[in-house]
Order: sequence, then C-alpha cells, then structure tokens
Amino acid sequence: MTKAEKQKEPEKAPQWEPNIVGFLCNWCSYAGADLAGTSRIPYPCDVRIIRVPCSGRVDPLMILRAFREGADGVLVSGCHPGDCHYIEGNYYARRKFIALKQLLDHVGIDPRRFRVSWVSASEGRKWANVVEAVTRDLLEVGPFRYEEDGDD
Amino acid sequence: MARVGVFICWCGANIASTVDMETVTEAAAKLPHVVYATNYKYMCSDPGQKTIVDAALEHKLDGIVVAACSPRMHEPTFRAVAAEAGINPYRMQMANIREQCSWVHSDVDEATAKAVDAVRMMVARVAQSLALEPIKVPVTKRALVIGGGIAGIQAALDVADGGVETILVERTPSIGGKMAGLDETFPTLDCSQCILTPKMVDASRSELIKLYTYCEVEKVDGAVGNFKVTIRKKAKYVNTELCNGCGDCWHKCPYKKIPSEFDFGVGNRTAIYVPFPQAVPNIPVIDRETCVFFKTGKCRACEKACLRGAIDFEQEDQFEEVEVGAIIAATGYDLLDHTQMGEFRYGAIPDVITGLQFERMSSASGPTEGKILRPSNGEEPKVVVFVHCVGSRDEDYKEYCSKICCMYNAKHAVILKHRIHDARAYLFYIDVRAAGKGYEEFWKRACVEEDAEYLRGRVSRVYDEGGKVIVEGQDTLSGEQVEVAADLVVLATAIVPAKGSAELARILGISTDKDGFFNEAHPKLRPVDTATGGIFLAGCCQAPKDIPESVAQGSAAASKVLGLLSKEDITREPTVAVADPLICTGCWNCVNVCPFGAPEKSEITITVDGKKVTRAVSKITEAKCEGCGLCVATCPGNCIDQRGFSDDQVYAEIGGYLERVRAAKNSD
Repeated sequence: MTKAEKQKEPEKAPQWEPNIVGFLCNWCSYAGADLAGTSRIPYPCDVRIIRVPCSGRVDPLMILRAFREGADGVLVSGCHPGDCHYIEGNYYARRKFIALKQLLDHVGIDPRRFRVSWVSASEGRKWANVVEAVTRDLLEVGPFRYEEDGDD
Repeated sequence: MARVGVFICWCGANIASTVDMETVTEAAAKLPHVVYATNYKYMCSDPGQKTIVDAALEHKLDGIVVAACSPRMHEPTFRAVAAEAGINPYRMQMANIREQCSWVHSDVDEATAKAVDAVRMMVARVAQSLALEPIKVPVTKRALVIGGGIAGIQAALDVADGGVETILVERTPSIGGKMAGLDETFPTLDCSQCILTPKMVDASRSELIKLYTYCEVEKVDGAVGNFKVTIRKKAKYVNTELCNGCGDCWHKCPYKKIPSEFDFGVGNRTAIYVPFPQAVPNIPVIDRETCVFFKTGKCRACEKACLRGAIDFEQEDQFEEVEVGAIIAATGYDLLDHTQMGEFRYGAIPDVITGLQFERMSSASGPTEGKILRPSNGEEPKVVVFVHCVGSRDEDYKEYCSKICCMYNAKHAVILKHRIHDARAYLFYIDVRAAGKGYEEFWKRACVEEDAEYLRGRVSRVYDEGGKVIVEGQDTLSGEQVEVAADLVVLATAIVPAKGSAELARILGISTDKDGFFNEAHPKLRPVDTATGGIFLAGCCQAPKDIPESVAQGSAAASKVLGLLSKEDITREPTVAVADPLICTGCWNCVNVCPFGAPEKSEITITVDGKKVTRAVSKITEAKCEGCGLCVATCPGNCIDQRGFSDDQVYAEIGGYLERVRAAKNSD
C-alpha cells in the first residue's frame, strides 16, 4: 500500500468505533467484498461479515438478535434486484426489510442503524463505499445500548 | 464441547504484514472449544496441509477453522484436508482474514482485532456445525437441447457422439436456425449452407438424436440429474408418418404471398410450407394463422393435392413428458425491434433493410437467387450504405456491443463488390472490432482490395428523396459532415435474446442479465454452466457470438453434459432446507416463495390421543432444493432449517462476535 492511499483512509474516531454485523450474500456482495480486497481498496474496519447463501436467507429475527446482543448497526447486502442467484430471493428480502425498518422505528431502534445495500460481485469499490457510509451514519447516531434506547 | 483446531495462515506477507499472527494465535487458543491453535507461512501448501492433518490426529480434533484467504478461494482445498484428517468437511470453516481484512486495512491493531473476531465467529460456527454428507442422486442418462440452431445442433451431435440419447427441441418447422439463412460466412467466405446442412442431416440421421421440430418446452420439473420436461408438440396438420416431403401440397396452396419468417420478409411462403428447401425434416406444416381453411372452412387444396393422404386438419397440439438428466439452452437471438428506433426509418423506407435481409438476398438459395436488389424497384443498387451499431453501443437502446456486426458488414461489403462490380459500399462505424482469427485481415481486405469506404461516425439522419435514400452523418476523422445518396441502406441491428427467452428462463429457473441474455454461473470460470445445476448454455442466448464461438460453446456444453451424465449418481451440496413435519402448520408460505418448487404440499399421519390424524404439511424435495434458504427465513413457525447454514450456525457467528463486544461495553 502506498503512503498516499494510507492517508486516504478515514481517520479513526478517537473514542468509539461502531460494531456492525454484515450479512453478505455469498454470490454477490461477499464476492464484491473479496474484490475490494484483491483490488486493495481500503475501508473502515468496523464490519464483521457473516456469509449467507442469499439475502433472502436473512431472517429479520437475526437482525433483531444482533441488536439485542450489542451490535450498533446491521448491514444486509445482496444482489441487485433482478440479479438474484436464486432468481427472486432478494425481492422477498427487500420487502421484509422495508417492514423491519418500520418495526425498528416502532420499538425505538433508530432505523439508521439498519441498512440494506445491493453490491454485485464486480463492485468492490461500491462495497468499500457502503461500509464507509454505514460507518459514517453510525458515528452520527452513536452507540446502541439495548437497555437504554431499546427498552425504555 | 467440540474439539476445534485453529490454523492461521500468514499467506507469506499478505496477511502477516498487517495481522499479528501471535496475537491471533494466542487469542484463538483461549476460545471455548479450541484445543489447538497454530500459525504457518502457507497453510495451503503441502507442509501446511500436513500440519493440519497431523494436529487433527494428535489432538483428536472434530472441527477445524482455517483463518486464511476467502473461502471462495480455498474452501475446496481445506475441505479435502479435513476429509483426509478424518474430520467431516462441513465441520471445516474458513475465517476470511485476507481479502476482507489484511488487504483492506492497514492499521495492525485494528486488522488484528478484526481477524481475532473472524476466528471467534468461525469457531462458534464450527461448534454448531453438523457433519453433513453430500447428497447422492441417481442420474437419468438422457439430455435435452432447446434450440436447433448451430449451437444446439453441435451440442446435440456431441452429446450423441458420447453415446447419450439427446432430444433436440426446435420451435420452428426445421432445425438450422439463423445460420441456415446466411450466405457466405466471414472471414473465409465459405458458404453457410454448405457447412451447415451436412450437420443438420447428421442430426436427423443419428440414432441417438430425436428431433422435436415445431415443438416448445412447456414445463420443466425436477432438478439436476432428473428433470421432467413437458414438450408441446404443436399441430403440424400433416401426418409426419405419411408425408414424404414431395411438395405437391405447397405448390397447390393458393396463398403464396405470406411473408416468409425464414426470409425475414424478403421472400414469401405459402400457408402450408417448409421454411427453406434444405429443411430438416423436409416435412411441411400448415400455419393455422394464415391458412384460409382455418378461417373460412373452405379450400383443402393441399389435402386434394396430397396423394398420400398426409394432410390432417383434425390434429391438435399434443403434450409429451420426457425425462432427462441435463438440459442445454441454445435458443439464439433475434434482432432488436426497429419500431423503437424510428431514426433509421426501417419499415418506412423500403430500401432500408437489415443485415439478415441482405443475407437472404445474397444467398444463392434465397428468394432472389443471390441477386442483391432494391426492394423498392427490383433494380441493382450501386451505392449501398452499411450502418454499424444500430441500437448497439447506444445508451438509448442497448449498451453492449453485438460483436458480429463489424465482421458481417465487412463481409457484406465484399459480397456486394463480388456480385455488383461497379457498386460502392459506404460503412458508418464507431470502431471496427475485429478480434478473431483472420478477422483483422478480412476487414482490411474489404477496405483495401474491395474498395469499401469506411466513415468513422454515427448516422444522424436517414430520409428518402428523389428515389434515393439519403444518409447523413459525420466523418469524425475528417471532421466533415457526410451525405451519401444511397440505393440501399443495410442496418447492422443489435442482437437481442430470442423472443420467448424470458419465459424460457422462468420455466428453466435460470436468471437473465439486464439485457435478457441467460446468465452463466461465472463470467470467467463457468461460462457454460448456469447457476441452476444441470442446465447449460450454448450460443447467442448467453451473449452475442459468431459461429465458431457458438460451435465451441455448443461442444463445451455437450462435454459438461457428458461429464455429468457419465456418473451413476451425482453429488450435490448438502446445504439444503429441511422441514419438520411435526411443527409445520401447512401455511404454504414456503411452497409459495420457493423459486425451484422444492417444498411440496404433502400429508403425514400422526397419532394424537390414540387417534390417527392426517395433517397437511410441507415436504422439501432435497434434489430440487438449491439451498438459498428463502423458505427458512420465510417460515413463520420456524419449522424449516437449512443444513450448513442453520439458524444455530448464524446465531453462533453473531454471538461469537458480539459476546466480545458486550464484554467490552460492560467494562467501559
């Protein structure tokens, strides 16, 4: 990595860094994240990736579980609508997550903590941008405390 | 407790320069379930693999975590290592600390922390991983090829050559496809029919190939190794057993002015017809839409003419179910609909034609017997404009390059010069793309020897004036506006997937790209497979291709099919969904969402309070399940889980990471 690239990396937040769970579709976004690696595109260090066969595999309960167990943010990334490896799994995912966002708001979890993105296997750059955006949003929203802002 | 070993790979300096190996190894060794942790320079190398096998035996491991590159890179490698070490391969998990860690982060502390988390998550996952065995399914040794163009014919011939029975379904009355209508082929100018028709005859003579012409695939059930395919045999109104193809019927048919689909309207056909004289099979069909008998109930001229009594107006569409182990889709292309592109005035000016219409005119067996003529007045054109990229490489229509047009335009310019010596060809182009064997030489020959005038620029306007077609455009090399008064304008129109492709994709359960072409499983490494097991692609249905590429892909698809069908059983990934019938409430959400028809409505009989009760429950057919997990996430009663991607495994990963986070938060 060159010095110039190192300087481009976002500066570390001095006290707090968000803890983000990312559910990535094996066929697109997971491969896109791999491509960001092979292309050496730097991005913030705050997402922990869970590989799933399809964004349609992600049960909304998994997202709620992540929040309950202490995640500050959750990201689900799948194939672009129309490009699902399993034909239409991402369409179902999209509908579920729209409903979930409303539920999050309803139960007092800031919906900005949950993001859905569509990143293809060829979009390493986009994956890096998504992680940057998610991290930036969460730095604004702040840490999540289940007892405090989830259960009042 | 599980007995997990953690093996951390340096990948030379690729990982070790950013992730501190000792920190990760020490952290891993302290994790629950972990009985051994070590690191090594190249875990995938021979000594690296030996390290894993030896440690597995020494420490009696029942699970392995390899923290290294992406599982997309080396999962098969380490699964094999696990098997060698006597550990179920599905209890081996890879923590991706290269692509998704060391290569994208530069801060050693941060990257190391992330790598430790990745290991924690995977150790937790392995502890929840069941031992799985690949699913074995017996194979039906028969193949189906959909589409009887050159790609499909080649595929069928090669599969049959491998000793496997092949069903070749073609929706028009004859096999041969677009290639049968072409004149000479670039870059060698050998005659298309002369090289194709022997293959068509071979296909019809082969004992192992069953031709289903004038047929369409209606429905596909089942999965790799065992598809059940319903074929609609459209009524030909001709008894194929009795007909000998003599032609008396179509000569007597009074309606001779029906634009021929095969000739793209350049020539006409009768209502009972064979599309072209070399058709295989040489048996006519009656086109119900244009036959006057079906409209008025009168005529029967063909019936009277047929001495063998082969005409049968009573025929109806029939359906036949066939069982095959593999399917090749080779449905080819059509041209982009010109009604979208008014600026070229196709359809409005008769002397504006497509490249395929030019082919039919210049073909010696075509409707004009090889004479290139102006459709407006039947005279020889002296000035012909060829327009490249009509609808291709154009953001308003199709962004992609149709790939073959540069070469066939050059070929048309050469043929024009050969047939009409004093004619002049003008070609409006954006770039000339001639990347094929002998292609660059060929278009240069068109330029230099055959006097074709290449003008680099797009056409801006086409209109008719004084019996000529005026083509305006810009020559961007000279910077001047150009105006050519042409006798004939030939459009190199964009190639699009054949009509009905979207419907077939739905029937086959395969995906299409943004332009409707069928998606290959991997753009580089699996260009012939689809993401659906047992379904392969050949020819232009996947992307625009020329003849040699279509033939190559046809043969490639055939070899994939032969490989698949050479086995008695096939193994599939066991990561399938499983429903628990005792919890299922029969809501059918899984049945409704599954794109592959794997869950089916079924019944079980159970004993409740001593009485037998029959309940409607969902049953998932392993062989049909592609393992997407959609039903698992959709089932409201939590009665479906997915092997290899179970809820427990996912929750273990979430927990493995967030346990550390909670601990850190509480210590704040």
